[in-house]
Amino acid sequence: MSALVSRATRASRVAGLSALGLAAVLVSAPWWTDIATERLIGEFMVYLALATLWNLLAGYAGLVSVGQQAYVGFGAYVLISLASLAGWNPLWAVPMAGLGAAAIATPVARLVFRLQGAYFAIGTWVMAEVFRLVCAQISALGGGSGTSLTPAAMKLVAATRPAREAAIYWLALALGLGAVAVAYLLLRSRIGLALTAIRDSEIASDSLGIRIDRVKLAVYVLVAGLTGMVGALVELQKVRMSPDAAFSVNDWTAFVIFIVVIGGIGTIEGPILGALIYFVLREYLAELGSLYLMILGALAILVMLTAPQGLWGFVQRRFGLSLFPTGYRVRGL
Amino acid sequence: MTWINAVVQGVLIGGLYAMFAAGLSLIFGVMRLVNIGHGDLIVAASYLAWAVVHATGLHPLTSLVIVAPLAAAFGYALQLGVLNHTLGKGILPPLLVTFGLSVILQNGMLLIFTADTRKLDAGALETGSFALSPGVDIGYLPLLMFATALVVIAALQFLFYSTSLGREFRAVSDDREVAALMGIDDRRVYASAMALSLAVVAVAGVFLAIRSNFDPFMGPGRLIFGFEAVIIGGLGNLWGTLAGGVILGVAQGVGAEINPGWQVLAGHIAFFLVLAVRPRGLFPRIS
Repeated sequence: MSALVSRATRASRVAGLSALGLAAVLVSAPWWTDIATERLIGEFMVYLALATLWNLLAGYAGLVSVGQQAYVGFGAYVLISLASLAGWNPLWAVPMAGLGAAAIATPVARLVFRLQGAYFAIGTWVMAEVFRLVCAQISALGGGSGTSLTPAAMKLVAATRPAREAAIYWLALALGLGAVAVAYLLLRSRIGLALTAIRDSEIASDSLGIRIDRVKLAVYVLVAGLTGMVGALVELQKVRMSPDAAFSVNDWTAFVIFIVVIGGIGTIEGPILGALIYFVLREYLAELGSLYLMILGALAILVMLTAPQGLWGFVQRRFGLSLFPTGYRVRGL
Repeated sequence: MTWINAVVQGVLIGGLYAMFAAGLSLIFGVMRLVNIGHGDLIVAASYLAWAVVHATGLHPLTSLVIVAPLAAAFGYALQLGVLNHTLGKGILPPLLVTFGLSVILQNGMLLIFTADTRKLDAGALETGSFALSPGVDIGYLPLLMFATALVVIAALQFLFYSTSLGREFRAVSDDREVAALMGIDDRRVYASAMALSLAVVAVAGVFLAIRSNFDPFMGPGRLIFGFEAVIIGGLGNLWGTLAGGVILGVAQGVGAEINPGWQVLAGHIAFFLVLAVRPRGLFPRIS
């Protein structure tokens, strides 16, 4: 009689290998696809990254933020400042945007962590508004109407247009897949164990000696840093940027929340599934305009009321399937 | 003198912010629910009043006779039909459901009323004023707004502490299960609280629509002002909420006096200052 304790299942091994294969295919995309497809995948990667990161906050650390647009916009502004004002290569500005966002997230956390639960949510939103209003005062970056990356700065990314598009595409791929990898590895680590415990019961994890505040702060700062890098990427993708677009609560938080809720909050697979559903829905329904957004909102409400674990939660319960397992199972008993 | 004027006008606009906040504070006090759609409901009430005024020719303030009961009925149904199902399951469901509600309301208003800005015309009330001292004029509308805020908060206070409905509110707020054991139908009590909250929202929406132009996307901004007033004043304290609204209004007025671009920013900074110094607000009541 031997019992085997493992994380991996056959499904997870297949999923892991498929994910690696898919990643290889995606990396080679610039050689076999056109710019429009590259851009669509790039945009998908932005939402995959944002959804995965928001899920780490809300699904695991219990930090339901509706202010992540603060770091998207901040990252965008760091990139455009370094590239257009200081003459940096925009690609080098991306890690700086991440470091900057993480650095500013630390004092921000000290303030907004004073608010509990739902009030924390609105507090983060107010903070994002502060970021937006301050950026709108920077006249060197166009004030309230914003500015564009200069052609000279874009040339520093790469000399020709196809090479530039490919570079931005690979950056998107690195951040999208990287965010999923970071979430996966983080959740399998010691901090991940603490996070999962916090997700299931704050009181119980506190009594077991988990320093909840520290874990939450660490996750908040990590997520802010990565979100700042995604913001810098968004700036590179869109070239033109205004404070209202860079700090948009709809674009960078509302859609992200819908993706995570519909896909399945508190799982790695949920945001991936949610992002796929979001893009499919958008392809077919986007021309409905505001009606499409109403459908999306209603869908999120419906999922929250009838299947709060989202579509992936349903799959997981029904079939016991886990593609990216973070817990252990006992087999062979 | 311009500074005194900025402070006086800030105090008066604080009445409007207190009305934004009172409905939010009420439902948080009764059921620990933070309604992200609160601001959009205020704007929806503005549109409803606009439609009623244009259909009937009533004065905007008189239109409240129709708008407030409709808003209250909607709140009652919303709570019974949707929001009650989100309670008692942690913070996420109510937050995300009201967030979805917010997006639905904004885009619904955009579909029905387009993105054009609108305004309610209250005639002579809007332009009339008297001089408090040279350089400080008090408009009848801001004064009426502030007086209404006083009446609304006094009425809520009375209802909360001196009526049987208020006793039920406090009972379910203290302990939902024990209240239910005592024969209180908590679902109906919550629905009544939401109806009351939306009646206040209707009053706030009509004043918002008389005071300035409005459009479908103004809601989140109003939610944030109301929320700031609640936190500055201290959770669960209705008169504190009025003080919070006044502080927010004064901060915005003074900020705008320094630089027009700093109006809203100054309010946010005042909010974070209070949060840094007194995390539980200036006059907290709920622990």
